[in-house]
Amino acid sequence: MRFTKKAGRGTALMALAAATTMFAAGCSAGSLGSSSGGGSAGATTITFLTGATDTDVASAKAVIDAFQAANPNITIKHDTRPAGSEGDNLVKTRLATGDMAEVFIYNNGSLLQAIKPEQNLTPLDDQPWAGQLDQTFADSSKGSDGKLYGGPYGTAFGGGVLYNIPVYKKLGLEIPKTWDEFMKNNETIKKAGIDPVEQTYGETWTSQLFVLGDYHNVEAAVPDFAAKYTAGQLKYATTPAALAGFQHIQDVKDAGYFNKDFASAKLNDGVKAVATGTAAHYPQLGASANNIENVAPGKSNDVGFFALPGPDAATNGMTVWPGTAAMYIPKSVEGDKLEAAKKFIAFAATTEGCDAYSKGSPPQGPYLSKACKLPAEVSQVAKDTQGYFQSGKASPALEFKSPIKGPALEQICIQVGTAQVDAKKGAELYDQDVKKQAQQLGLPGWE
Amino acid sequence: MASTLSTSEATRLAPATRSLRDRGKKRPGPYPYWFYIVPAIIYVVFFMVPTFASFYFSFTRWDLFTSTWIGLKNYKTFFAEQALIIGLRNTLIYAVITSGLKVVLGMALALLLTSKIIARGYLRSVVFFPVLVSTIGIGLTFTVLMDPERGLINQALGVVGINGPGWLTNPDLALFSIALVDVWKGVGLATVIYIAGLVSIPQEYYEAAEVDGAGRWKVFRNIMLPLARPATATVITLSLIGGLRSFDLIWAMTKGGPGFASDVIASVIYKQYQAGFYGLSTAGSVVLFLVVTIIVVPLTWWLNRGEEVT
Repeated sequence: MRFTKKAGRGTALMALAAATTMFAAGCSAGSLGSSSGGGSAGATTITFLTGATDTDVASAKAVIDAFQAANPNITIKHDTRPAGSEGDNLVKTRLATGDMAEVFIYNNGSLLQAIKPEQNLTPLDDQPWAGQLDQTFADSSKGSDGKLYGGPYGTAFGGGVLYNIPVYKKLGLEIPKTWDEFMKNNETIKKAGIDPVEQTYGETWTSQLFVLGDYHNVEAAVPDFAAKYTAGQLKYATTPAALAGFQHIQDVKDAGYFNKDFASAKLNDGVKAVATGTAAHYPQLGASANNIENVAPGKSNDVGFFALPGPDAATNGMTVWPGTAAMYIPKSVEGDKLEAAKKFIAFAATTEGCDAYSKGSPPQGPYLSKACKLPAEVSQVAKDTQGYFQSGKASPALEFKSPIKGPALEQICIQVGTAQVDAKKGAELYDQDVKKQAQQLGLPGWE
Repeated sequence: MASTLSTSEATRLAPATRSLRDRGKKRPGPYPYWFYIVPAIIYVVFFMVPTFASFYFSFTRWDLFTSTWIGLKNYKTFFAEQALIIGLRNTLIYAVITSGLKVVLGMALALLLTSKIIARGYLRSVVFFPVLVSTIGIGLTFTVLMDPERGLINQALGVVGINGPGWLTNPDLALFSIALVDVWKGVGLATVIYIAGLVSIPQEYYEAAEVDGAGRWKVFRNIMLPLARPATATVITLSLIGGLRSFDLIWAMTKGGPGFASDVIASVIYKQYQAGFYGLSTAGSVVLFLVVTIIVVPLTWWLNRGEEVT
């Protein structure tokens, strides 16, 4: 039958066409941003790559403008990248392909180790600002060779609980110092018809605060946790103080204290909820409060900040991030561009640089460069964070004391928070994840 | 990743190229053999070399700059990954659901669109249109539509008094919601393949069946279904491979979440890559390549053998 024959060929061609289109669609490379071309004669153009949130962009632009006003023959282009693991991936790939911007913002601490600073970045020990750094920032911006790679950008901040001050006043609540007090507050808040605890799993990284922000309490109970954990001797699942972080997620979930849209809400929804008082608590990085004015104008002073409560009121304190962001220069940058990049980083560490930064992003903690001073008027969150720093009740997060942070913590916290696994199982899964990271880093004691 | 894509493409193209070669035997091709050199070079450089390089790198700890040979450890780690067990199960569920629904719905739509209905040409374009839209675009659009509180779907359900589920936020539902979107997007292609298969069935059979007094169901069951078998084979093969290595839609909609509830093998591999575990993710790609081959090669053989019998 001639028809049948034709059909066979038709389908084959169609399959071929379909396969080709799918292949083309599957393989098209995403745009990687533009690498800067040379500017006009005498002028140097470099690119500055930062995060993409409103405040990231505003502060980067403000610093660039101030720098260009002082250095008219250097032009700085601004480029943005996504946050979280998507951003980690982009930074690694661009470094590996030699396509990185001349100056870029990236985490220090354990994430810095993952981009191999010794191989990929320019050491900055000889820079004038190197002696003026906050000690924890300097320590966590070094490579395994002991050289300094990161320049200060922005402020240190805490990881704890953003809370709505008017709700606390109205219900006559006290700042909780133990987990039991916190849960008691939640009960009262729930009865008043307000969401006790805001969670925003639509943006997965936000789920980790219960675990990461609890580290001060872990260290209060087990002072050498970081060293033993790095050596593979202590595990989350079998160390009760460390397991508590996962347990807290389960406690709050089981008690029904989450907001209704916790599974799909995003960071800005959460900040807005706690600023306007539809939610009372939002476990978050203090730095997230810098966006309050954008999502809930006029509510900056309605939001306060306290450390994640632990088992003991006497040892309760805040887990702090001595800046999640430092400025780096890739090793591939040379000549005029390298000079321009170093100048730019040095500028960001001066009072003018810090002031410009604060214009774009209200500071939420002390500056990382001792040359800078906080403005007289700071947000309530910054004041609360400052309080923990001044009373010495602040310790750096685990990611600044150990090179290992499992990449799947955010998903595992969400598993616990959506009741797919219990806290104990979640901690065991995280220990597996940590083991994988340690093995991939080739650390001793993990084979 | 790229190398696995290319190999699975090669598997997918296998039936097509084979039938071309068979024809070549009967009659010498109009082009000399050296015409093949350029495509052969491109194929070797961009497909063969990366494929074999990926086999090597899967045995190393690799940070893109240096690689250390660590034997089978990557494979050991990959199979100990809890997300992988979920991912394997989800991949199979996803592939079977999407390819099954595409066969059934594609056939039904093809029957409708080959019958005498008004605006047939227009309706055919409408059915095919989603195939042309970018997968990421579709993923993001449906993520917004399926938002449990503010999404159009649940708001529409709310109007008629139904409390819609969290399509993408309920761990038990997320994978199925994505599968439905995949079917919505891909059914047009299945329909077109079926239309081609159905219109090529000779009219004489229908006439003969009519003379014998066969009803509509009998005509469908005994004429259309068996004679459209080549089309069915193509649809199943295409959609099953597509389903097994699905990634873009899932990544655009849930990134494998909530937790690991909608992770498939490809998204597990991508997460290892994101974490900087390049050797480990390459090992995952090799595993995916083997899984696709183990499932698809026998299936294609079986489906094509059936074709020769009829």
